[in-house]
Amino acid sequence: MMGSPMRIRAQENNGIVEVKILIRHDMESGLRKGDDGQLVPACYIHTLNVKAQGVDVFHAQLGPAVSRDPFIHFRYQGLKGDTLVVTWKDTKDDSRRDEVVVS
Amino acid sequence: MEFGALIGLMASVGLIAPAQAEEWSRGAFAEKSLDSAFRVLGADKAESASVMTFTAPEIAENGAVVPVVVSTSLKAEQIAILVEKNPNPLAAQFFLSARAEPFVAARIKMAETSRVFALAKVNGQWLMASKEIKVTIGGCGG
Repeated sequence: MMGSPMRIRAQENNGIVEVKILIRHDMESGLRKGDDGQLVPACYIHTLNVKAQGVDVFHAQLGPAVSRDPFIHFRYQGLKGDTLVVTWKDTKDDSRRDEVVVS
Repeated sequence: MEFGALIGLMASVGLIAPAQAEEWSRGAFAEKSLDSAFRVLGADKAESASVMTFTAPEIAENGAVVPVVVSTSLKAEQIAILVEKNPNPLAAQFFLSARAEPFVAARIKMAETSRVFALAKVNGQWLMASKEIKVTIGGCGG
């Protein structure tokens, strides 16, 4: 199983790269009841990592209180042409890896 | 210190087992009260600071999607967001490399109206800002 492709925007301006990541994921907290009245099992992304040119720049740990379809926005000192590798992993060991080049 | 290096160090001195070093550990996320989450983060002495900027709506019509922005004017190594009245207060934490700016924006769920805390670790010391956010429709289950 593999998650849907992430939507990643990375744009450099004056040496600062704005990175916006949108991930399609239900982020089930385990506290929500489904249509059948039963609790839907927890399943959420717990780790998100971003490397620029192979070096860690940003690392997030998420809990089930991060909204469905997580949106994460951060900034780092980088350059146009940097290759970003974004990976996430969820509590059911599903994962996803996407790359983007900074524009 | 890089997050990975910290985990490696903790593993090498036996604070965590090597298997856990690769696996995510729930840590402070498992705590059920604000006080205990602060304590596990090592932030029980966090001080309110004017260098912190915490932007969030005063009223969130939908608790399932509450946009928050945390930044500081000082270089930060870690940022955390906690919702006092959620079943587990810690919503997310971010580890910033030396090249990362002290800025993060995300969207969180809130079960009910609550005070929300933004924390930033600067030179090993936690700083904080907080804000009461009113929730019209809870997003606990969402």
